[in-house]
Amino acid sequence: MKPAAFAYERPGILDEALEALARHGSDARPVAGGQSLVPMLSLRLARPALLVDLGRLAGLDELVVRNGAVEIGTMVRQRRLERDPLVTQHVPVLAAATRYVGHPSIRNRGTVGGSLAHADPSAEYPAVALAVDAQMVVRSARGERTIPARDFFLGPFTTTLAEGELLVAIRFPALPAGAGWGVEEIARRHGDFALAGAVAVLERGPDGTCSRASVALFGVATRPLRATAVEQALIGRVLDSATLREAAALAADAIDEPLSDVHGSATYRRQVTPVVVRRALEAAAARAGF
Amino acid sequence: MQRVPITLTVNGRSISAEVEARMTLADFLREQLGLTGTKLGCEYGVCGSCSVLWDGAAVRSCLVLAAQADGANLTTIEGLATGEAMHAVQQAFWEHHGLQCGFCTPGMVLTAVALLEENPDPSEQEIREALSGNLCRCTGYQNIVRAVRAAAEQMQAGRGS
Repeated sequence: MKPAAFAYERPGILDEALEALARHGSDARPVAGGQSLVPMLSLRLARPALLVDLGRLAGLDELVVRNGAVEIGTMVRQRRLERDPLVTQHVPVLAAATRYVGHPSIRNRGTVGGSLAHADPSAEYPAVALAVDAQMVVRSARGERTIPARDFFLGPFTTTLAEGELLVAIRFPALPAGAGWGVEEIARRHGDFALAGAVAVLERGPDGTCSRASVALFGVATRPLRATAVEQALIGRVLDSATLREAAALAADAIDEPLSDVHGSATYRRQVTPVVVRRALEAAAARAGF
Repeated sequence: MQRVPITLTVNGRSISAEVEARMTLADFLREQLGLTGTKLGCEYGVCGSCSVLWDGAAVRSCLVLAAQADGANLTTIEGLATGEAMHAVQQAFWEHHGLQCGFCTPGMVLTAVALLEENPDPSEQEIREALSGNLCRCTGYQNIVRAVRAAAEQMQAGRGS
């Protein structure tokens, strides 16, 4: 047995879980699917005094369409997001991104909320949340608040979640009919952590020019980023391949705190970022009817 | 040391046990149940050799706490054969030299079984993608992919007859 000892609670209702998290503060960690936390326990990178298992909580695995958004409970397994018809119909970019999340055996246990709250800078879901302006629904013993994705991710494995707060659901706004999207990443093998990745959403306005451009980067910086210079270079333009290429070339400017490790240096990641952005934009533009 | 009572089904047998909270499912299967067919390679979710089936879907048993598996219905490599008759995937691994040292084999076989359950006629590319999370360090992947493809054909022929 590799993990250090910890206490374990498996509450049946949410209020009990929130109460346990409030009581133990930073000594407690919630565990959803455990696909990131359990290896961190085994490597002793995480040594919580208490693990609060969310696996038995009723109502955290619902997936519904409400007020123009797909609202996904934190415990919904990633595998389900690949093929649930509500997701493939309303937020197809989320389904497409899911196929890059680890391997099928990881996605069978891994959850949407676990991945977002874990905030791995290489992860796909935070970038999707950023690109579509998702809302994080957060509960604590004190009540509920909603955090826009753009305010949620602070740095590697760090979010704005306060002590005792739990991400209970995520609202992904439905993409309008006709919106185009693309997800691209570069990894050593399919399923490995991304060395550079991009999520793009484009819309074509009635005048034939680009009326919406959302581009998010992952795997290149300490947190997911919106490539605002790229977006501004696309809005109001007719998107031909030269325009996409020129806009994509601006993507690396967004990288303020680059990731650099044995798998990919900061220089490498900067160099391939415009490439993944261009590919994601090309896919999105084609789907948007450019 | 907190102990957690769990009840689960392993290879068709109902089991009630007490586990340490920090014990992974892999350690529980190997050390408490003696099912050492489940191999532990990396123990942090990279190599896939500890894969088991949970309600028919492949799961890495080193990435799950035994306590989390309360209520689960698991199949390990020991539960795959029917008496002396090997599962079609096991038979195909044998016939197509899909194993050499055998360490990655339980995880490979169970991952392939889960794939064929979901996709009975996978292309070579689909097989490679499905097995991309399982590392082999001696046999080589060519014969493993061939074995899975052969098992798919065998199982489809069996269904058709």
